Amino acid sequence: MNRATRWFSRNLIRIYAFVGFTYLFIPIIYTIAFSFNASTKSNLVWVGFTWNNWLNPCGAPDVCNALGNSLKIGVLATFFATILGTLMAFAMGRYAFKGRSIVNILIFLPMATPEIVMGASLLTMFISFGFNPGFWTIVIAHVMFCISFVVVTVKARIASLDPRLEQAAMDLYADERETFRRVTLPLVAPGIAAAALLAFSLSFDDFIITNFNSGDVNTFPKFVYISAQRGLPPQANVIGSSMFLIALIIVLVGQFVGRKRAGVR
Amino acid sequence: MVDASTSAHGDLTLKNLTKSFGDFVAVDDLDLVIPEGSFFALLGPSGCGKTTTLRMVAGLEEPSSGSIFIGNTEITYEKPYKRPVNTVFQNYALFPHLSIYENVAFGLRRRGVKDVDAQVQKALELVELTHLATRKPNQLSGGQQQRIALARAIVNRPALLLLDEPLGALDLKLRRAMQIELKWIQTEVGITFVHVTHDQEEAMTMADTIAVMNEGKIEQMGSPADLYDNPRTAFVANFLGQSNLIKGSIIERAGEAGVVDVFGTKLALPAARNHAHDSSVLVGIRPEKIRIAPAGSAMNGNILEGGVISDASYIGVSTQYQVEMPWGQELMVFEQNDDGTPPLAKGDPVIMSWESIFTFGLAGDQDATAGSEANPDSE
Repeated sequence: MNRATRWFSRNLIRIYAFVGFTYLFIPIIYTIAFSFNASTKSNLVWVGFTWNNWLNPCGAPDVCNALGNSLKIGVLATFFATILGTLMAFAMGRYAFKGRSIVNILIFLPMATPEIVMGASLLTMFISFGFNPGFWTIVIAHVMFCISFVVVTVKARIASLDPRLEQAAMDLYADERETFRRVTLPLVAPGIAAAALLAFSLSFDDFIITNFNSGDVNTFPKFVYISAQRGLPPQANVIGSSMFLIALIIVLVGQFVGRKRAGVR
Repeated sequence: MVDASTSAHGDLTLKNLTKSFGDFVAVDDLDLVIPEGSFFALLGPSGCGKTTTLRMVAGLEEPSSGSIFIGNTEITYEKPYKRPVNTVFQNYALFPHLSIYENVAFGLRRRGVKDVDAQVQKALELVELTHLATRKPNQLSGGQQQRIALARAIVNRPALLLLDEPLGALDLKLRRAMQIELKWIQTEVGITFVHVTHDQEEAMTMADTIAVMNEGKIEQMGSPADLYDNPRTAFVANFLGQSNLIKGSIIERAGEAGVVDVFGTKLALPAARNHAHDSSVLVGIRPEKIRIAPAGSAMNGNILEGGVISDASYIGVSTQYQVEMPWGQELMVFEQNDDGTPPLAKGDPVIMSWESIFTFGLAGDQDATAGSEANPDSE
């Protein structure tokens, strides 16, 4: 083997990683770069650098109204889906009841159903119930499709929990409530937090189901989709980039706190 | 707070305790009294029901029938948190999200004890780990975690401390050190310890009384020396150390010099050590009690002639011989290397003898190899 091939084989994994990450990150870099574009009409061609978009994130008409709706819906949907999903995960992870295996399969169905079908049938359902599509129909729809993801995430955490820890708590004079509060819940909490973050990002991101069930309420994905046909304002990139940075910070803080709690020095 | 968790104390009594899982009877009509303040070991192979017994005493498993008492207080169906019982779990089950200090304080806080700090410090001093109070469990070594699990249980001053294979996860050297330390701590705090293990050496080193369990029942109970020197069943004879068991028939039963016939040779069997219920008997002798010499040497006591060495392994302190007898059975002999004579070699014809008081007799209708497959020392 000559030197070049030896260098290549020794660094193959690094090269592979570099190529892989490049593939993953180029679209994100584009998003961030074009948030600084001094475009006026359509944000497709690089015109020049400016801070203006970041200084006026609400500069484009209706963008902040749509963003506000998305955040409100996201928080509400996350709140309800996390509570309901966690309760279901405990029931399914902890108790043997008749039909548990069927419930286990049913919980996967909403994840497997094509969104376009689910969105259309939800609209049919709301209309036949006499609900006007709007803010609350979006929340109901989002809670519905987030629950499955919460159940699956939290259930995995519960399954990995050593039952002897709860037995040890009971052995050490903690009754059922204290055992749940002092041992079970703190140990399952990281799973619940992960499920909540997942639910929020699913809700915030959703366009297809939302578009069917939103009536004239605007959300951020809907705003982006509609304005893309006329020319996307750079403010959409600013908000997208901000969401990315916030998510990144949450992940980094989570890692840091997790490490500190686990006591890895 | 006056309930069983603080008031009950005294001997632990199990009455007709039974636990079945479907068709499988894990614990079969167990009757047992464990005196207050003793170090008691439940010894048996895995699946013998010892851990299930322990879990029923802890309240983590509900008995199918029978009852459990501490002193005069019945605790059979009491919740685990209402029993004056604490457990050192296998693999310790320390709370990973709490500091060592909070782990030890857990039981005290739940009971609303006043001087938590002083008692936690005392418990940590007992196991010599005060300097680790602020650490998390996963920052500790296995041996340290083991001691914290012990401190977390002992700090509550239970009437009864249960230890479920507490040293199973430690390496041999640490295990030896912890055996001595556990024994010392038990003497120091005076709490009744009930220790479950499959390791006969561990049980013999620490316990005052050992109950050997097999298939949900107690085979025999007694002091370590009593169990070893005078086993009553083939299972105990093979599970605790190793034994040679030779088929024979009883000629004379009574007195210090009862007589049995094994393949034409007459051996003495003291009546007190004869547990056969009819004339069919398994004559038992421990391998280290046997003296071995070249055929034709003069010997006294119980004598077996006609053996030929089929295998000899020199292991430093002793030499282990397999001796093939005329009736085809192989007997084991452990000879101390203490008399300067060269070890015997494979193929040598030998004569064997032992003091007749070491002979024991077991009922002849049982499997002579029972328990040997469960003994990690054989093979």
